[in-house]
Amino acid sequence: MQFEGTDSYVATRELTLAVNAALVLERPLLIKGEPGTGKTLLAEEVARALAMPLFQWHVKSTTKAQQGLYEYDAVSRLRDSQLGDPRVSDIANYIVPGVLWQAFEHDAPSVVLIDEIDKADIEFPNDLLRELDRMEFHCYELQRTLRARHRPLIIITSNNEKELPDAFLRRCFFHYIRFPDKGTMEKIVEVHFPVLKQELLKEALEVFFGLRGLPGLKKKPSTSELIDWLKLLLAQDILPETLRAREGEKLLPPLLGALLKNEQDVHLFERLAGLAKR
Amino acid sequence: MLVDFFLFLKSREIPVSIKELLALLEALEARLISFSVEDFYLLSRTLLVKDEALYDRFDQAFGAYFKGIETLPGLAVDVPEDWLKLAARRHLSELERAKLQKLGYEKIFNELRARLREQKERHSGGSKWIGTAGTSPFGHGGYNPEGVRIGGDSVGNRTAIKVWEERDFRNLDDKVDLNVRNIKVALRKLRRFARQGAATELDLESTIAGTARNGGALDLHLRPVRHNAVKVLLFLDVGGSMDDHIEQCEEVFSAARSEFKHLEHFYFHNCIYESVWRDNRRRHSEKTSIWDVIHTYGSDYRLVLVGDASMSPYEISHPGGSIEHWNEESGAGWMTRLLTTWKRAVWLNPMPEEQWTHTPSIRMMRDLMGGRMYPLTLHGLDQAMRVLSR
Repeated sequence: MQFEGTDSYVATRELTLAVNAALVLERPLLIKGEPGTGKTLLAEEVARALAMPLFQWHVKSTTKAQQGLYEYDAVSRLRDSQLGDPRVSDIANYIVPGVLWQAFEHDAPSVVLIDEIDKADIEFPNDLLRELDRMEFHCYELQRTLRARHRPLIIITSNNEKELPDAFLRRCFFHYIRFPDKGTMEKIVEVHFPVLKQELLKEALEVFFGLRGLPGLKKKPSTSELIDWLKLLLAQDILPETLRAREGEKLLPPLLGALLKNEQDVHLFERLAGLAKR
Repeated sequence: MLVDFFLFLKSREIPVSIKELLALLEALEARLISFSVEDFYLLSRTLLVKDEALYDRFDQAFGAYFKGIETLPGLAVDVPEDWLKLAARRHLSELERAKLQKLGYEKIFNELRARLREQKERHSGGSKWIGTAGTSPFGHGGYNPEGVRIGGDSVGNRTAIKVWEERDFRNLDDKVDLNVRNIKVALRKLRRFARQGAATELDLESTIAGTARNGGALDLHLRPVRHNAVKVLLFLDVGGSMDDHIEQCEEVFSAARSEFKHLEHFYFHNCIYESVWRDNRRRHSEKTSIWDVIHTYGSDYRLVLVGDASMSPYEISHPGGSIEHWNEESGAGWMTRLLTTWKRAVWLNPMPEEQWTHTPSIRMMRDLMGGRMYPLTLHGLDQAMRVLSR
């Protein structure tokens, strides 16, 4: 079983190697990278390419590690007990399995996405050490230990907002998705817009990389923004000539708002464009 | 196997652990890669390096390790054992490998070495695994950084050497320039969570426990919301030599303002004397006495001073040393007073760390701070926040 990228996701050699290493050695794979370089998408595409089910766990600042394993719904049980519901005698009725539980119980290999792990509390990764290492955990309420029938491929994404503990990192493989170069970018665009005119693409990429090269931008446009922008360009039916023509009297590239998300950045760009004119 | 490589990485201060080395060996055993050096590079990076800030250091170490092999005199006499083992794995049949298990590697190595030597004499004998390039033991396959590869397709048109020699990740190293986002992330390490104020959040755990104790009658428990309770006192040096660093300081200031709920800031020039000010435009009319500051903000505040500390040494050591006014007491005296009030204090210096030793006033200030002066880089901020959060 090997991952080679899909028809809608361009994976570099480095990335496929990292995914395959995680797949073969059954270790979690930690993915970092600039926002918009397809970290979250990776798990979906891997699951699709390998025809495995995907279990997603989107982490928020309030997420606790326990929620990924299971939760004991004490409130429902209390209510049921007051209503005299017969289910109340079996505690198993009130154990709500979390993402990892579902994946461990699944009777075929699966993919688990733990998205944006850095958003959670500092202790979050530490609480998952054993679960990720041994792929098992103990359910106190049921007094039984759950072991993964098939070790799932766990893909973890991080935006670097918090440092992850060493002990956690040791257990993961790590890959940093770097910003694609022009060649890869052309491939990515081709995958998303097979009918895009070559000329338009070339012009658009030039504008795009020019924009990324601009010093002092607060938020550089990323791949996903480029793709949005191209969608808009196509929808508005803009000709390649228009993109090129901005050297002259039309200074700003059309639909700039899709690329620059920050007011200060737009101002900066306008100022620079104004300077270039003079 | 690969122990030398492992130790070399360790000596280059790349934090690798035995667990990770074992994972790498496991990957090699699983035939995950086709023994091209490029794949080996990518694989070892994925498995050994867990922080993109260390990618550049790894690239350099990897390059250096392989350069060493390249510059060996002659041929294979001193090929590192690890590489022979790699080669052995690839080029021996199952049967031979089984034999190898019995014979031990030693004998096989000798044979491999002999074959390598032979190869050199024949120069381009067309043996599949020794390159036409000649001098390199693993020539065509390239454990040599000048490298070709040992079979397998080339990926794109980048030669193997370029991958790490390009050092694409250079600017991800810890010493990168700051931007507001980076700074915020760094400042976030200084967090002291506490529950204070009105109890508005439902405490589910104790509600359940309380209800159970109550025999099923609902017993609600509330608690205050958790938030970052750290208090920071920020002193910024302005004017003069600090004009060169104005952008950096602005960024630190704006990041700190959005990150800390309890942040008080004051400005000073070069060194702290009896008064500071809050507004640069009205610095001469609205001054705040340091005594007021000391009496207003308790010792639970953390003190952060930002300044280049570059001035004449007299400005620190002597009364009347200030270039702007007559100070009755020396800067050093005021600094000591600050530091006894706020035990947790750091000085952030925008000057490059290499230049510190050349400027006497920086050395003096660092001594006054008890060594707690850090460069205004991500790495420095990180260290500083660590010291402050103790």
